[in-house]
Amino acid sequence: MHVPEGFLDVPTSLATGAIAAAGVGLALRGARRELDDRTAPMAGLVATFVFAAQMINFPVGAGTSGHLLGGALAAVLVGPWSAVLCISVVLLVQALFMADGGITALGTNVTLMALVGAGIGWLVFAGLRRVLPRSTPSIVAAAAVAGFVSVLAAATTFTALFSLGGTLPVDPAKVLVAMVGWHTLIALGEAAITGLVVASVIGVRPDLVYGAAPVLQARELEIRLPDSQVVR
Amino acid sequence: MNRRTFFAIGVLLTLLLAGVASYYASSHPDGLEYVAGQTGFGDSAEDSATDDSPLADYQTEGVEDERLSGALAGLAGVGLVALLGGALFWTLGRRSRAEEPGTDQDDG
Repeated sequence: MHVPEGFLDVPTSLATGAIAAAGVGLALRGARRELDDRTAPMAGLVATFVFAAQMINFPVGAGTSGHLLGGALAAVLVGPWSAVLCISVVLLVQALFMADGGITALGTNVTLMALVGAGIGWLVFAGLRRVLPRSTPSIVAAAAVAGFVSVLAAATTFTALFSLGGTLPVDPAKVLVAMVGWHTLIALGEAAITGLVVASVIGVRPDLVYGAAPVLQARELEIRLPDSQVVR
Repeated sequence: MNRRTFFAIGVLLTLLLAGVASYYASSHPDGLEYVAGQTGFGDSAEDSATDDSPLADYQTEGVEDERLSGALAGLAGVGLVALLGGALFWTLGRRSRAEEPGTDQDDG
């Protein structure tokens, strides 16, 4: 999903640059509420894990591949604001050192994968968490669905940007159909990886999963009486 | 599982992904590249300004062996993200601690 130099024109790139800068600025403030000495190392680990996982392109058929975007995963593990920072750090290193994603497209890529990816991912996760029963399987399922939706949201947002400022005159409707089509397959991979990683971390250290905190609190407050009546 | 074990496994897994598994990743274009080619705007892509970076395209400049070259670039990238992310999150975590009233103040 890394947008290279040249796909979008200068005004659009400047606009996404401004959006990205504002979003990262907000995230720098918001992340302070999420981070403490227990979660700061987790945020660092999540950023490096997402970088490594993004190197693993998986085939989705017909000569196309996809890789984890990681925004929803990071949001569930360390909180939405810290997730924006995690993905932004990954994108910065990729653009500066690996020539993956253009320098002038960095704002676009931060907007797509950090702001939309982690932001929409978190909103979907938090919404599902509210309606699903309070249990760890619900957290895993909500995370997987959030991963799925986040990829489609990023793909759709790219198409919107392309329709505003694509440098070549290609019918945006054609781009939308192709983007959503291929990214539905990639989103299935995103959902699988997001669900698997969240399930694994919840399995061993549920306290390190930011998004599972309400479920864990509910569990701690449970009092089991001898005759197996449960009082909350 | 204690904290130290958890982080050790996490770091090990990350290093294995970047240093070993990455060699076996699909080399097909990703969804966006493919769509760009298919719908006709792929040619608008220009070379990145960082194309001459020693780690460009996840290959290490001057290392002939493709597997080693990719592994070194992946590990270097992980190191850079850890350095940058580590510094950022440590600073933010520290500041949020100092701002909270009634918690341990960092007199540093």
